This record gives sequence, C-alpha cells and structure tokens, in this order.
Amino acid sequence: MLLCARGLHRLGLSPIDFDLPAGGCLGISGPSGVGKSVLLRMLADLDPHDGDVRLDGRSQQDTPPCEWRRQVALLAAESQWWEPRVRDHFVDGKVPLLDELGFEKDPADWEIQRLSSGERERLALARVLALAPRVLLLDEPTANLDEQNASRVERLIENWRRDAERAVVWVSHDREQLARVADQRLHLEDGKWSTAA
Amino acid sequence: MVDSGVIPVSPLDLVLAASLVAALALLSLPARLGIAKPITIGAIRTVVQLLLVGLVLDTLFAFESPWLVGVWALVMLLVAGREVIARQSRRYRGGRGYGIGLSSMFVSSFSVTLLALVVLLEVDPWYAPRYAIPLLGMLLGNTMTGVAVALDRLTQSAWEQRAVIEQRLMLGQPYIAATETLRRHAMRAGLIPIANSMAAAGLVSLPGMMTGQILAGVAPFDAVKYQILVMFLIAAGTGFGTMLAVRLGTAALFDPRDRLRLDRLAGAE
Repeated sequence: MLLCARGLHRLGLSPIDFDLPAGGCLGISGPSGVGKSVLLRMLADLDPHDGDVRLDGRSQQDTPPCEWRRQVALLAAESQWWEPRVRDHFVDGKVPLLDELGFEKDPADWEIQRLSSGERERLALARVLALAPRVLLLDEPTANLDEQNASRVERLIENWRRDAERAVVWVSHDREQLARVADQRLHLEDGKWSTAA
Repeated sequence: MVDSGVIPVSPLDLVLAASLVAALALLSLPARLGIAKPITIGAIRTVVQLLLVGLVLDTLFAFESPWLVGVWALVMLLVAGREVIARQSRRYRGGRGYGIGLSSMFVSSFSVTLLALVVLLEVDPWYAPRYAIPLLGMLLGNTMTGVAVALDRLTQSAWEQRAVIEQRLMLGQPYIAATETLRRHAMRAGLIPIANSMAAAGLVSLPGMMTGQILAGVAPFDAVKYQILVMFLIAAGTGFGTMLAVRLGTAALFDPRDRLRLDRLAGAE
C-alpha cells in the first residue's frame, strides 16, 4: 500500500482507517463544513491529530515535516501565496503540462494579479505537481473551473496517478464527479464516516 | 558631573505644570474624546512612580552596592517584560510571551549596557549606579518598545495571513521560510522608531538625555557626544533585542512538526 491511515482523527471527527494503493484514487464526499478538508490537513500534517499515517510504510511522524508535505502534497481549495509573476513559482520559469491544463499560450511571464481564479487554480495544480509528490491531496480542485477545464483537470489527474504509480485523495461535494474519478469512496456526515456507494 | 547652576524646581512649579494636564483632561470631557481618564491615570502614575524611583535611586547611590544595583536592574527587567505583554493585541498563551520578551530584552539590554560601562565609559566601579541605572533604563525602555511593537506585528500578521503561511508550508517550505515576509515586516516595525529618531536627532527635537544634561549645566558639545553614544547603544540594543524576539516569537508559533499553532495565541479558537 502506498498510503495507509489508522485511527486518524481529531476533535469532532470519528477515527478513520483506509489503505490507498499506488495508482488509486480515494474520493471523499460530504456536506460542506463537515470536516472533509480537516482530513486532508491531517494527512498533510498541518494540524495536530491522533492516529497514524504511513507512506510506503514510513510513518508521518518519522518523516521530516517538509519532506512529508512534498511527498503527500495538499492542493488547497484556494491557493493563497503567490509571487508576483507566474515564472517565479517554477524551476527555470518553465510551467509544466501547459496543454493538459488548457493554457494556449505560455503564461510564464504573466502577472499573477491579472489571472482569473480558474487560471490560478490550474497554475496552483501545476505548482504542486512540480513538487513531484507521491500522493496528491485535492480539495475541490475544479470548483472554479468551467466544464471544459474541469474535465481537462480530471483527465490530467487520472493519467498522472495511473502512469506513475501515484495516488490521489480527492475531496468534493460533487458526488457525480467522485463517481467518475475515484475508485474507492468514503462519505462523511455528522462527524461519522461511511462507505459511499 | 555638574551640580551647580541648576535652577531648582519648586513644588509650586510642579502644581502649575499639573494644572496644565488637568486643564487638558477637563477640556477633552465635553468633546468625549475618551482621553481624560488615561491622561489622568498616566499623570498620577508619573508622579507616584517617579517619586518612588527618586527614593530608590537616592538609596542606590548612597550604598553603591552591586547587589542592590542588580536587584533594581532585575525589577526594571521584570516590569519591562510585563509591559511588553500588556501591549500585545494577541498574546501568547501561558508564559511564552513573557519568556520571549524577558529573554530578548535581557540578552540585548544587559549586554549592551555592560559593554558601555566596562569598555566604552570605563566606569569605576563598573556597576556605579549613577551610570549603570540610567543607561540600562534608556536601553530597556527603547528595547521594550521595539520588542513589543515587533511581537505585536508578528502575531497579528500571523493571525491574518494564516492561509499564506500554510500555503507555503504545503509547498514543503520550513517554517522559517514560510514566515519570511512576516518576520521582515515585524523587524521593520520594531526598528523604524529608533531609525527615525536617529535620522531626526537634533533637527526636530533635542533628545531627552542631552536636554537633561544641558539643563544640568553640561557643555553642549559634551552632552552631544554622550547623546551620540547613547543613540548608538540604543539602536544596537533595540536591534538585537527585536531580532531575537522575532526569532523566538516565530518559533513559538510553530510546533516541532512545523505546524502553525495559532491556538497558542489568546483569542484563537
């Protein structure tokens, strides 16, 4: 198993166990405000929590925090920190996966301030993929995207995880989307986990 | 130094000066400026505190004991530490804030004062209260302001920019890199007052210490040399103290797993 969680929980959320194989995608659904993002934050080790998370058998707490967060990388619902220009976020200023992300022109020299929220969202995905993580934690990654770009992103993630033996935890309130992209699903409601059909 | 040529201040002079403050407080009442109370309390505190300090200094000067000087220095430090905490809009929970303020002020103010006494002024004995206490007081007072302002800025912006800091952590940056901008701004905020007062020294106002010496009959040029020395000491003391406080204050906002712990600040959920 690539990513294992045992008894993972924090206040107000019941413990959860799961195993995520390489190439797999775990979908997390549930009403907003129920704590779906909290799960991602625990997996990325951004909040104190109980329980154990392992990547390739190595415990989260035995891995230096910076290394862990690069390997189990969280893409927040809205990425907040930006340097002034797009190129500043990438090695040699080269933005990867331009076609796959639906950029017709190279945005390297664009100013971040002038980007639309959808463009930022796709760039944030490129930025996190540039870390070469083993597991990608996605929090509503297509919330600001039109249908065309949303399916581009879905395809990109699908190929990314299958080709390179990597895994995804995908949080969305959109159950139809999760049915498309995930191969195992969990539902969270009132702090309780259940297996989603 | 010089004890002749000073025109003594009579109790009546003090009463007249106090009536100015009272007039200010009274006049502000109808306009509901809300300053009457703080001004009155401040004025009363000034009188009581300074009279007490006058007594203490008289005693210290009379005995010239290193122990008494040490005890008084400690009292000054503890009060400064409390004052730093009082000026925070988001305080560290528990004793953290006090510890950060105390240790950074202790390290910077005390070492700079010691350097000034032993190496620069070569005071004999080095703990001579007439030099040690006023020097330490000026250093502590300024360092306290720098530390308080910088810590306040640091915690306030950590609170406001949580998402930015955490975004940088998510990208695998260590906490020290993730707080780079915050720390820079906090340092600036702490050091701007002393930088400004050095830049404006003499042009806009005559610095207090120099004014005091001139009023006491010291030749202006000698007073100026003293003032320059003291300004530099204050700049160094404030700078080192603020730097240390910002560093310690930042570390206290994170746990060993580089997680931003805003729950360590009062007013957090």
